[in-house]
Amino acid sequence: MKTETGVAAPAESVPRPALELPGRSALLSRAGWSAFVIAVLLVCVLAPLLNLVVPEGSALHLSDYAVALLGKIMCYAILALAMDLIWGYTGILSLGHGLFFALGGYVMGMYLMRQIGREGNYKSDLPDFMVFLDWKELPWHWALSDSFVATLVLVLLVPGLIAFVFGYFAFRSRIKGVYFSIITQAMTFAAMLLFFRNETGFGGNNGFTDFKRILGIAIATPGMRMFLFVLTGCTLLGFFLLARALVRAKFGRVLQAIRDGESRVMFCGYSPVGYKLAIWTISAMMCGVAGALYVPQVGIINPSEMSPANSIEIAIWAAVGGRASLIGPIVGAFVVNGAKSWLTVAYPEFWLYFLGALFIAVTLFLPNGIVGLARRWKRGGQ
Amino acid sequence: MTPDLLDEGAQRRDQLQAARVSGRTESGGRQAGFSRIALPGEVDVTHGRILYLEDVSVSFDGFKAINNLSLDIAPGELRCIIGPNGAGKTTMMDIITGKTRPDAGTVFFGSTIDLLRYNEPQIAQMGIGRKFQKPTVFEQLTVFENLELALKTNKGVAASMVFRLDSAQSDHLAQLLHTIQLAHDVNRLAGNLSHGQKQWLEIGILLVQEPKLLLLDEPVAGMTDEETARTAELFLSLKGKHSLMVVEHDMSFIRAISEIVTVLCDGAVLAQGTLDQVQADERVIEVYLGR
Repeated sequence: MKTETGVAAPAESVPRPALELPGRSALLSRAGWSAFVIAVLLVCVLAPLLNLVVPEGSALHLSDYAVALLGKIMCYAILALAMDLIWGYTGILSLGHGLFFALGGYVMGMYLMRQIGREGNYKSDLPDFMVFLDWKELPWHWALSDSFVATLVLVLLVPGLIAFVFGYFAFRSRIKGVYFSIITQAMTFAAMLLFFRNETGFGGNNGFTDFKRILGIAIATPGMRMFLFVLTGCTLLGFFLLARALVRAKFGRVLQAIRDGESRVMFCGYSPVGYKLAIWTISAMMCGVAGALYVPQVGIINPSEMSPANSIEIAIWAAVGGRASLIGPIVGAFVVNGAKSWLTVAYPEFWLYFLGALFIAVTLFLPNGIVGLARRWKRGGQ
Repeated sequence: MTPDLLDEGAQRRDQLQAARVSGRTESGGRQAGFSRIALPGEVDVTHGRILYLEDVSVSFDGFKAINNLSLDIAPGELRCIIGPNGAGKTTMMDIITGKTRPDAGTVFFGSTIDLLRYNEPQIAQMGIGRKFQKPTVFEQLTVFENLELALKTNKGVAASMVFRLDSAQSDHLAQLLHTIQLAHDVNRLAGNLSHGQKQWLEIGILLVQEPKLLLLDEPVAGMTDEETARTAELFLSLKGKHSLMVVEHDMSFIRAISEIVTVLCDGAVLAQGTLDQVQADERVIEVYLGR
């Protein structure tokens, strides 16, 4: 042992070869940027052209039905992306993300209800359901619903704040794994029951509907529909870049480290609570934005959006597409929802069986989802 | 008064004077006086002890895992801990690192920091690094990312979002990668390393945090003889700069690195001394052979 003292002083005595340390990876690869630009063009140029300019008889015409469907699926894709940040990267399976989505939707819905003005069935200043319940004035929590700016802020703030408070107590108490999932599930279920009640002031089980206009502009015109579609697409792409940036930073690597070995992370001097709370809140706010974009496009929001099954579906989209890849869950949301809109028309009674079988198949045979399969093919082909 | 007695007296006076001037006495010299300033977060080792456990007890469901354990470690010391299974070695490390709260007793880091008041991340940031019995590295990250993550920097959330490696840190990482012999595996996923390499990577994760005290739970388990020998060299080179507490079962490894060996049994110190002294101790022979 005396003869080899190289380890004792490796830096000073032995001249060592220059070591290439890996630099920071780019936000997107060259091919990634190309695909991104194509996606932007598809959403912002091609879709409006095909829908508004190409005449309806033409084979290239994008029907209003397709625009509505794609717009809806893009909202779902934002949800799946948010789910990937918290589940795929941080290893925390949330079965309550539908709640944050619905909260964002309700905030937007309240604004849209106020925009109806006196054109409701009862010709009152108050929303119809309040007149029906014989309420004389707006409840306190509707105070900011006339302001569009306040609505935009609340769309982020309400889900963010609720997620923050819930997450703070859950993460501080070191609730993990399946227990956390069950509690989030219970949280969204409890919220659903609360929103079903008439006296909470959210329209009970009918929720909000019959929206007329947004910012004073009629909501049901082709132009507005297309605008919302483009806005949703751009939001999805923007969130994708944001998520890339988060994941690529050291922050993202700490998240993955928490997923793979939380105690090691703690003994490295990191407090996991702050990291989990940050990504959990960011994820919830993304869901809120998705909900706010969803409601004006589908024209209705009611408590069934908070049902546990909806939240579970989000997890399925992420799993089918491929976790911890960002692009995977987006693909998963399109594939599963595309299949859903086709199957529920063609074979309505089989949809749930199909969904269950899909989830089992993915879990058993495709642990890395569609993206993992594509990567394997690519590697096999080379 | 004979001349040699006079000489002896003069020598003793010189030594005392020298010790006073250098500020190094058994009790910590002048710096250990009452008027010294205790800096928060700074480890105070003027009294010559970096880790100090006294009368620590902890029981799980009635089973006394640690039973009135008292133990202390000097700065720069390499202390080996041995003991039969269930002696409380890992539990002791759990207590020092904040994972387990003891029922009674005191645990001090230096003479001013009461470790029982802090949690795991805080204790890690103060400078106590820990290697687990089973090598735990971040399997889905590369070797480089593993080390970069552990690097001693601001570990807050906001700081992690804008973190960039500066040149001093990259030099440090490059040097460390050579020390742990993983320079050629920088971009490999940690999960694909061999068992011995994972052990080394975990030691690297500790060292990159620049800890003052390292707790190493069975660091050479599953290593080849050559890897074990290299680990022994590494630890000997760390001695002096860091304080180390090594729990091991491999006696030849302990013989290679140890000065003082502490034997734990049933949650308390059974014997302490050089390996030869300890191995000759009747009680130690009894607990090892009597079971």
